[in-house]
Amino acid sequence: MSKSHTILYLDGVSVSFDGFRAINNLSLVLDKGEMRAIIGPNGAGKTTMMDIVTGKTRPDEGEVFFDGQIDLTRHDEAEIAMMGIGRKFQKPTVFENHTIEENLMLALKGPRSIFPALFHRRSAAEARQIDDILGIIRLGDKRDQLAANLSHGQKQWLEIGMLLAQDPKLLLVDEPVAGMTDAETEETARLLKEIARDHSVIVVEHDMHFVRELGVKVTCLHEGSVLSEGTLDFVSADERVVEVYLGR
Amino acid sequence: MITGRFFAAGADRRIAITILILLAVAVIVPLLNLAVSPTSGFYVPSYIVALTGKYLCYALLALALDLVWGYCGILSLGHGAFFALGGYAMGMYLMRQIGARGVYGNPILPDFMVFLNYKELPWFWTGFDHFWFAGLMVLAIPGLLAFVFGWFAFRSRVTGVYLSIITQAMTYALLLAFFRNDMGFGGNNGLTDFKDILGFNVQADATRSALFAASAVTLALAVFVTWAIVGSKYGKLLMAVRDAESRTRFLGWRAENVKLFAFTVSAVMAGIAGALYVPQVGIINPGEFEPSNSIEVVIWAAVGGRGTIVGPIIGALLVNAGKSWFTGVLPEFWLFALGGLFVAVTLLLPKGIVGMWDSWRGNAKALRAASLAEEAGIDPVVPPPPQIVRSAATRPGDWSSSSPEPQPAA
Repeated sequence: MSKSHTILYLDGVSVSFDGFRAINNLSLVLDKGEMRAIIGPNGAGKTTMMDIVTGKTRPDEGEVFFDGQIDLTRHDEAEIAMMGIGRKFQKPTVFENHTIEENLMLALKGPRSIFPALFHRRSAAEARQIDDILGIIRLGDKRDQLAANLSHGQKQWLEIGMLLAQDPKLLLVDEPVAGMTDAETEETARLLKEIARDHSVIVVEHDMHFVRELGVKVTCLHEGSVLSEGTLDFVSADERVVEVYLGR
Repeated sequence: MITGRFFAAGADRRIAITILILLAVAVIVPLLNLAVSPTSGFYVPSYIVALTGKYLCYALLALALDLVWGYCGILSLGHGAFFALGGYAMGMYLMRQIGARGVYGNPILPDFMVFLNYKELPWFWTGFDHFWFAGLMVLAIPGLLAFVFGWFAFRSRVTGVYLSIITQAMTYALLLAFFRNDMGFGGNNGLTDFKDILGFNVQADATRSALFAASAVTLALAVFVTWAIVGSKYGKLLMAVRDAESRTRFLGWRAENVKLFAFTVSAVMAGIAGALYVPQVGIINPGEFEPSNSIEVVIWAAVGGRGTIVGPIIGALLVNAGKSWFTGVLPEFWLFALGGLFVAVTLLLPKGIVGMWDSWRGNAKALRAASLAEEAGIDPVVPPPPQIVRSAATRPGDWSSSSPEPQPAA
């Protein structure tokens, strides 16, 4: 199978923790520019898969390639982030003691070493980028507030905004609508669809309404490998999927 | 948020005031000691000059610790080691200045080496007869140790209590090493009996005043440098690593390098503090590596308020003034008092004196704003802690209506 048109290519990946196989011979291919939703019951290995892609966890075996030719198993978190993979955590993780604007400033694409940061002066271009992102995530009127004062849903958006500031090629978004109201969920689906226009995106989510809203190809994971793949209607009609969700 | 900016301005003003006070003290205290007659009410006795000079060195050490603990969450229990190393570098210079005036009258070897039958000066003492070389070593030795130590510790992602324990082990290992006579640093007696610094008698009032002034000016400079670091983008990053290290990694920052830089800068500051301390107290011995010394520094920073620049300075000055007073009145109870103070601060003033003052001022300001708003006939909405009310708005952009800021009456 050719990797050249893929943004992410996982083949035969396995990893186990203390004998427990969290990921078991997982193969998953994401084309450039594609948005994919990943569903699956708790413990299906969704977050572990993201850990592997972002370099937090090393797979025991299998291939993980980014952008066709970069072997991700040879790089660590910071390197992988610099190559263009952004990750939003399951629990929204922002810098609570900084303002929204400072959060975005730290995420903004640019040199990542100490001395440029020490003598950094904000340029007009950077200010413009921050303004753009604030507009996209709709937090413009809160730019000078501490991130700690945001609601749960707003923190999720801020974190997505920080991903955008990084300007990655691939975004991994873990449960973006957990704890959101219906209105917020709707808005987040719109936001992600907007982002997917010029990025490749993987969204892990439990909320089926939200997944339906996204309207993209769905992969269902179970016990660390792919159980079913296709449109949401196809996947949710799959008997095995129904079985793992409803229990045997 | 307007209040946010106002507080920021307030914090900057506080730094400016602190620097001005330190510079003023650097001029006034020596003047009152040297130029005023001892019978005058304004006369500052020499022992006070020496004592407060010592406190200023402690304050610099506390500030150094605060840079890593308060701003980066690295609780170092071994900062006394960097202080002592800086002190030893200065002590070696002062030993070489004694020349032939020692008890044994040996022009090359310090007394303890003659006593221990050294035939020649150990290689690592070469160069220490030059002040510039010793000054360089004051910066380089603690900085290098911190760099190497931090390089390994942060790269292996040792954090939290484990890091604290290995910093403690580091200072303890150095304590044991410096106690040995054949290390070539004077064993348990350390280095003492100093005569001259840069050709001036270390015992003379004028020299002591000059050392005091140097300590105050250095502390002022350190306050400025720390303020500049903390206010830069790197400083924001430092706090970001403290609050959410994994987030910084996934944004592409190397958290270990961020920590390493702060740790090294902090160690250099601690080394400078030690170098200023030694000529003022006239001795440096392995006791300075004592782990309890490093823990005391943590208490100073905690009492004053970690994560603030002025806090650790206030903490170091207050606790040490208390120590001087207490050990005079009830010497056997000092350690109990210190322990009790730490417990009390942890339980009652988790943000220290300065942090407490800030939140008290913040509340007072909020209450005043609220009562003003009430007079104007607006619902009193108290800014800190702002509660974001989840509105039923359909679009998140409309949430500004639930802003905690009091809105002007229409």
